[in-house]
Amino acid sequence: MWAVPYHTSVRDGPLLILTVMLTITQALYDQIVAHARRDHPDEACGVVAGPAGSDRPERFVPMLNAAMSPTFYEFDSGDLLKLYRELDDRDEEPVIIYHSHTATEAHPSRTDISYAGEPGAHYVLVSTADTDGLGEFQFRSFRIVEGEVTEEEVKVVEAY
Amino acid sequence: MAIEVRIPTILRTYTDGEKAVEGSGDTLAELFADLETRHAGIQARIVDEGKLRRFVNVYLNDEDVRFLNSIDTKLSDGDTVTILPAVAGGSAGHALIGR
Repeated sequence: MWAVPYHTSVRDGPLLILTVMLTITQALYDQIVAHARRDHPDEACGVVAGPAGSDRPERFVPMLNAAMSPTFYEFDSGDLLKLYRELDDRDEEPVIIYHSHTATEAHPSRTDISYAGEPGAHYVLVSTADTDGLGEFQFRSFRIVEGEVTEEEVKVVEAY
Repeated sequence: MAIEVRIPTILRTYTDGEKAVEGSGDTLAELFADLETRHAGIQARIVDEGKLRRFVNVYLNDEDVRFLNSIDTKLSDGDTVTILPAVAGGSAGHALIGR
């Protein structure tokens, strides 16, 4: 379990700064953005799986948004079971869980926070609000642990 | 009667990190009550006021129990019950905040 707080902790005395960051390849970044663009104005969703314990996103797994809605997403329950069995068989975990907001900023909503059930995952949000002139394009990453949201830096690299 | 119960990461704090535990019961409700006797606190994460929580998906073998009898779904010896956090969300919360 994630017992370590991911937020920057400010105390009396020396500053304790826990570095949090998502490191992702340009190719995976582009795949997530392309999926969000393709499904606009509906929200797009999916995961990027990686070896368990590695914190390294490797395998792009776009999922169907069963809600097919501009304001809600949900993995189909059958697809969800298949996905987790596959991850288990491959000794992987969902390193990134991503979805898009299509008219608002890329920040977790109350709905996102109440559903967030993977404390070890990086929750990536993409905003495609720029498509309709409602805001700027954003690609941001967060930790959501027990209802607490912490934004983290996104570092895009050519390869790991 | 032995039922294998697959536990998601977020609930493994209740099972000493175990990915799967055994339980018994004629229905899902009984099974979760049985788990509670050995894994205190787990029942409330799955069940609220006698119903399955919205944020949790429960499967009997390959079937989402919402398409069966939900918490009253009957169990048989050798069944596998899988618990997974629903992966869902969306910007709807923003709209609520803004209005």
